[in-house]
Parts: sequence; structure tokens; C-alpha cells
Amino acid sequence: MLLRHTNDTIIEREALTINPAKTCQPVGAMYAALGIHGCLPHSHGSQGCCSYHRSALTRHYKEPVMAATSSFTEGTSVFGGQANLLQAVETIFTVYNPDIIAVHTTCLSETIGDDVNQILQKARDDNYVPEGKFLIHCNTPSYVGSHVTGYANMVTAMVKYFSGKSVTKKNQVNIIAGWCEPSDMREIKNITSIMGIKTILFPDTSDVLDAPLTGHHEFYPKGGVTVPDLVSTGDSRYTIGLGPFCSEDAAVLLENKCKVPFDILNLPIGLEATDKFVMALSKAARVHVPDEITEQRGRLVDMIADMHQYFYGKRVAIFGDPDTVIPLTEFLLSLDMKPVYIVSGTPGNKFGTAMSALLSEKVPEAKFKNGERADMFLLHQWIKQEPVDLIIGNSYGKYIARDENIPLIRVGFPILDRVGHSHFPITGYVGGMNLVVKMLNAILDKEDRECREEKVELTM
Amino acid sequence: MDNFLTGREKQIVRSGDTSQKIQCAKPSLAGSVSQRACVFCGSRVVLYPISDALHVIHGPIGCAAYTWDIRGALSSGPELHRNSFSTDLHEKEVVFGGETKLYESLSELIDRYKPKAAFVYSTCLVGVIGDDMEAVCRRVSKEKQLTIIPVQSPGYSGTKKDGYKVACEALATLVGTSDREIPKISINILGDFNIAGELWLLQEYYRKMGIYINATITGDGRVDDIRNAHKAGLNVVQCSGSMMYLAKIMKEKYGQPFMKVSYFGVEDMSDALYGVAKFFKEKELMENASLLIKEEFARIMPVIRMYKEKLQGKKAAIYVGGSFKAISLIKALRLIGVQTVVVGSQTGTPEDYALIQELCDEGTIIVDDSNPIELSQFVKEKKADIFIGGVKERPIAYKLGLGFCDHNHERKEGLAGYEGMLNFAKEIYATAMSPVWQFTR
Ligand code: SF4
Ligand code: SF4
Repeated sequence: MLLRHTNDTIIEREALTINPAKTCQPVGAMYAALGIHGCLPHSHGSQGCCSYHRSALTRHYKEPVMAATSSFTEGTSVFGGQANLLQAVETIFTVYNPDIIAVHTTCLSETIGDDVNQILQKARDDNYVPEGKFLIHCNTPSYVGSHVTGYANMVTAMVKYFSGKSVTKKNQVNIIAGWCEPSDMREIKNITSIMGIKTILFPDTSDVLDAPLTGHHEFYPKGGVTVPDLVSTGDSRYTIGLGPFCSEDAAVLLENKCKVPFDILNLPIGLEATDKFVMALSKAARVHVPDEITEQRGRLVDMIADMHQYFYGKRVAIFGDPDTVIPLTEFLLSLDMKPVYIVSGTPGNKFGTAMSALLSEKVPEAKFKNGERADMFLLHQWIKQEPVDLIIGNSYGKYIARDENIPLIRVGFPILDRVGHSHFPITGYVGGMNLVVKMLNAILDKEDRECREEKVELTM
Repeated sequence: MDNFLTGREKQIVRSGDTSQKIQCAKPSLAGSVSQRACVFCGSRVVLYPISDALHVIHGPIGCAAYTWDIRGALSSGPELHRNSFSTDLHEKEVVFGGETKLYESLSELIDRYKPKAAFVYSTCLVGVIGDDMEAVCRRVSKEKQLTIIPVQSPGYSGTKKDGYKVACEALATLVGTSDREIPKISINILGDFNIAGELWLLQEYYRKMGIYINATITGDGRVDDIRNAHKAGLNVVQCSGSMMYLAKIMKEKYGQPFMKVSYFGVEDMSDALYGVAKFFKEKELMENASLLIKEEFARIMPVIRMYKEKLQGKKAAIYVGGSFKAISLIKALRLIGVQTVVVGSQTGTPEDYALIQELCDEGTIIVDDSNPIELSQFVKEKKADIFIGGVKERPIAYKLGLGFCDHNHERKEGLAGYEGMLNFAKEIYATAMSPVWQFTR
């Protein structure tokens, strides 16, 4: 009973965050950087942060996660981190030999005012960087935003450092992946390949954080977007950003820098979001939607039709990152479920706007909140006031689920106690089916276990 | 990539090579993929099992989020410790200071949860923006009539081990603030964090021997017991890394003797019980201890022998937080027929490393503050079958096709005591012999 301290009376909290529904920027930057081939993320700060971030990613992906740290000491916090960072660059290239070092900051280096841009320039000028190798960076002060912000910042850095414009346009489409699993990135590539569209997906963590067991530890696994591909994003015909929180900044920059027009969509989670994604792809690349895609869609719709009675009116609580939570809410609505409580620790007005648009008519009683104090504690209080039938969110939801005897399906970051998220997508029509199956299993298993004897049905 | 980190050669030695002494307690090289954590992490893991205290992290959200209930420290009573309270500092506070926010958070939390005491941890950021945390703590302490202990643990000020020291200092301010009379034959258990209920097992052993257990620091810990800790006849300290410092302070201040023990492995466990019995110079205690040990041996040894037969010839690599733990591990592995070929720790002491060098077979690699490249190479060179380590090593071990046993805080099986030895043997067996490794070649 971890949460026995939670009760249902909501008191306005002034200063306090209890059981956060978010973590800090660098972990997002680290994850995004791992989506570049041959890249070693580097944390400019004390080693504790780096250690935490690596552990967090390791626990979620059950994969080795490599990242280096500037290992600040007491002195560094006084004199600044230039010496540490220069030494780090040298050490990393000689010992770990990556193609790229992607530096992100931490609260500490931000606060003492290190100018990472200038330090890295010095590293280049003073020949710390071998031929054909790169240093990139982004600022990730954690006291602003959340892990989602860090991810967005690193993705933007990819555009800033690499995207270039040559004379000829290429017949290709950029897809900027919002924060999702390697499985989701793989599924997005599946869709584009079925549609026969040449795309550059970045970042791309498939084949990085879902690597097969071979008996060797590949320090730089085979996946990840390559530097030449990143460079060529400036020549693409179009950019589709998936998830406004994670991809919009990068898309805007790419347009400003290389005049590549863009569209920002939600992550293709659920039927409607995937429809929009497929349509946008077909428009951007000027191709027809092939039958195979239409059939995939048909199978998802068929599955929903078969089971729609079991979804009707089910009350759901969702928590997680806005780019995931928004299309998920939309999907639940199209299943005739009731997303009644929605919480995201990531700040930003887009969240509220999107939620109002989705919910104000269909589920007027829904409560949603993001940013400061939109934490697990609040969500739990809401649930105590009026329960739900299903919770969707990361592993931290299990305490509430257990206390209140509500089924939980795990979606989001971090998932520390189950596997499968790296392997089975929730994006695309295929991902939609996965979600449907997961939700049904969770709800119906409970029903089967707990309903009165005479209500047990064999056939459903 | 077979370049070792230059400047690290002195942190690696091979057993049998007497020309070299290992260097440790060195800050990590900038740019290394170090497996180490920070001061804050050290303080937090040590103090957090005190379950009726409030633990508030003054800093940005991340530091709190990552330490939220990651260590399975069980409590038989309150579970306030398992919540994560953070002041979630934002840009505004970075510019104008976070004292107000801390003040408000603390006041609010104390009103709401009525804890027995509060620990307030500072993080790197707080160290740099220069909040006067102590002043805020004093103020709230006065207003709410509650003991509030500032824990000065900015991450950059050292390694996890330094964090243990800070935690001990914090605890020392609590000890001696109450004067409840307790039996003469009594101990405090220091340095067990009740992972997977290990502490309860130990308590059971001691009670069976006829010893009164005063404070448990900090596993299943309570503020009031810690206040009274100076009253116990003996401090029994396990895992020298984290709690020795407190034992030393208590010895100096109250003349309270301490004894260093390990509960891991049957040899060390038995030594601990005998040692404590001997200390109190009571014949009855000694008899009880020997009876208990005899019984336990009779119970577990046949099973252990069975595992040993099957595991004979397997090789293990160890990479753990503190070097003291490694020593017990080497012995316990030997008991089940497993030879240790690589030993390392994030933060070791020269004494422990010397002992390890003595204990291990010739050619065993001993390493301080290692990184994944090194570890992978050592493991391959030495043809280890099993890796014993923490969260960051697990997937690397698996990728290399090795079995793995978590000897850190994330395990759910108790590894202490006689029962723990059985669990350990079973875990090692299950992972070393898993059929999955056949498919990796
Ligand atoms: S200091 Fe900042 S970057 Fe480091 S863990 Fe804490 S919140 Fe994250
Ligand atoms: S900011 Fe400092 S205290 Fe917080 S995790 Fe990083 S190193 Fe540790």
C-alpha cells in the first residue's frame, strides 16, 4: 500500500510535486541522440545525472545504454566546465571512437553558465575532433520543460547541425519522429516502405535499442539515422513532424534553413491519427495509398466492430507525454470509451487546447491537467473521487492500479516492469490492433476473474 | 576500440602481481562512460529507508524522479519514504533562489503527513544557486516543532561514497536525542537496508540468540529508535562502505563499541553471529548461536552441495558498488563452486582491494571505477559465465551471452543470511544454466 497516504480531498498545492509524472530534459536528449547512427551521447555535468539517465533508459529498454559524462567536481562548479568538456571530447574520440558526440547540458552546467556552443567551437578549432567526426549539442536545463523538451531540443540540434541544401531537390520525405518506441519507429518505416516512399526518419532508435542477442556487445548498434541522411533532409520535398511537442521546433527550423515545407501531425496512434498520417504521406510523396495499407486499416476497423460493445462507456485514466496522450485520447473516443482523467507532467498550452477540442463535447465531465503539479498524486485523487475501468500509462501507474484494483496497460516512458514495448508498436493500424487487444485483455481478464458466477461467458 | 582509458592503468591490477597497488577513490576521468553515481544518490539510498520520516529533495525534478522508490527497502509500518517529494525547481528559482519554494513545500508536507522528522536533500543545483537550506530548515523546524535535518549532498561534491558519509553525519545529529532505557544485551543493526526483507531475517537470528534489537539503521528504520541508538550495547555494522562512519562517530561520542560484519554467505553470516555472541561474553548467547548455526547448516548444506556439484568450474565476474561487498561475494561463490575471475567496484577502498588480491586466484583482474568497454573485454578475456552487478551491467552481460545476478538494490530476493545463501545459489544456478545461452552461439 504505497499510496495509502493519498485521499480524495483535493487541496490546492502551492509548491509541491508529489510522485512526478515526468522526468528531466537530458534523458530525452540522450534517447534522441541514440537515434543517430554511431553517436555517443554526452552529459555535460556531474556524473550522477548521467548515471541516472542511463539507468532510466536501460531499465526501460533492457538494453545497454552508453553515454559519457563530464564528471564535474566541486572545482568545476566554481571554475566552469570548459576544461572538463575539452578533456571529455579528447577521451571519447580516442577511447570510444564514435562518429558523433551529442552533448547535452544538465541543470548544473546551465546554472554555472557554461557556453557549450563556444566550448565545442574551441574543441573544433583546436583539433580535438578527428576528420569526418562531429560534435553537436543542445541545451537541456531541466528546470524548464521535461524529458519531452529535451528530446525536442536534441532533434532540433540534428537539423541545426546537419540539414543542408544542395542544388537538387530529392524525391524524399522527412519524417521527424516524436518520442516513441523503437517498435513504433520501425512500424512508421514499414508504412512508408509499403507505400513505396523514400523517407528519412529521424531520430530512429530501431535496431539501436532493440538489438538482437548475438554474443557480442555492439557499442554502436547498426541502427540510427546516418549523417549523410541527416544532411540530405534539407533537399527533401516535404517534412512530416509526428507529435507537435517533439517535432515542431525541428520542422520549423528545417523550413527556415532549407525551405522544406512541413506539416505537423499527431503521432499515428489509433485509427484517425494513422489515417491522417497516411493521407499526409500520400500527398507529400504524391503516391496513391496502396491496397495493403487499406487492408490493414480494414482489419483494425473489423476488430473494433467485433468488440465494440466491450468498449462502450468504459472510463479511462491516461497519463504520460502529450504527444502520446493526445492521439491516444482521440483513439479512445473513436472506440466509444470515456477518457475521463488525463494528466501530463510536460508543460505547454498545446496540451489543453488539444484536449478541449477532443473532449469538450464528447466527454464534458473529463478532467485534464498538464505541467506543474499535474502528477500521479492528483490523478490518484481524481480516481478516488470516481473510479475508472482502465488506466493507461507507464509503470508508475501500477501502484494506483493495485490500490484501486483497476487494470493498467503500460504505454509510455518509463516501463520498468514489462517487456514488449520495444517490439510491438502502438503506431499505425497494426499498432492500433495491438492497443485494442491490450485494452480488451486487461478489461476482460478482470471481468472474467471477478464477475458473478452467472455472468461468466465463454464466448465473447 | 581496444584502447584502455589512458590514465586508468593504475586502477586495474591483476592478483598475484605484487608490484602494483591499486589506485582508487579517484574522480572519474571526464569523458568516460563511468558506471558511478553521485553524492546525492549515496545519501538518498542510505537515508530513505527511514520510513516514518519525510524525505524532500530540494532540486530540479529529475534528481527526485530517478530515486523514486528504486530501492526495494521494505517497511513493516509506515511507508511515507516510498513517496517522492521534490521542490521541482524551475527557472524562476534558479534566478531568484529556491528558499521560498522549499519553505512552502516543507510546511505543506509536514502539515499533511505529520512525519516524525524530515530530511531535506540538496542537489547540485542548490549547491550552485546558493540557497541557505540550513536556515530554511531551522525556520520550519521552529515553526512546526519538528526535527528537520538538512543533508548537504550536491552531486558534484564527490562520489556515492561521499554521500554515505553525508548521510551518516545527518544520522549522527539524530542519535542521542532520546533516553529510553533498554536491555543491556542489545544491538543496533547498521548498514542493512531491508532489501527484500533481509533485515527481518537477521532480526530473527539475533532474537533467537536472545539479543534485544534497538535501532535498525536504516532498513525498516524509525526516527524514535534512531534517536535512542546510542543506548545499545553494540553497533553491528555491515557493508563497511556506507555505515562505518556513523559507527565511528558513535564510538567517539558515546564510547559505543562497534563490530564489522557481513551477512552474505554462510561463513560470514556465522562469523557475525559468533562474533556478536562473543562480544557480550554470555555463555547462553554462545550456545544459542551455535545451535542456530548448526540447525541452519543442516538445513541448507545438502542443497548447497547439490548446486556446487552442478556449478563446479563456472567462472564469475563481479562489479558492484562497494568493494567490501565484493569480498563476501567471492567467498559465497567459492562455496558453490564458482571461481571469481574479475572483481571490480565503483568505489572501493585500498584495504578491501588488498584483501581481494589476497583472496583471489592468480590472474584475477581487479579494477576500480570501470566502464563498459573494459568490463566487456575483461569478461571475454577471462571467459566468465556469470556477471554479478547492477542495473547498467545487466543488459551488457546478456548481450555477451552471460548469466547475470543483480546484487544491487533492485532485487526482490533476499541474499543475506542462510536463507539468502540458498536464494543466491538458486539464482546463480538458474542464470548460469539457463538453456537460453545455448541459442546465442
Ligand atoms: S540535475 Fe537536472 S539534469 Fe541532473 S538529474 Fe537532476 S534534474 Fe536531471
Ligand atoms: S544534479 Fe547532482 S545531485 Fe542531481 S543527480 Fe545530478 S549529480 Fe546527482
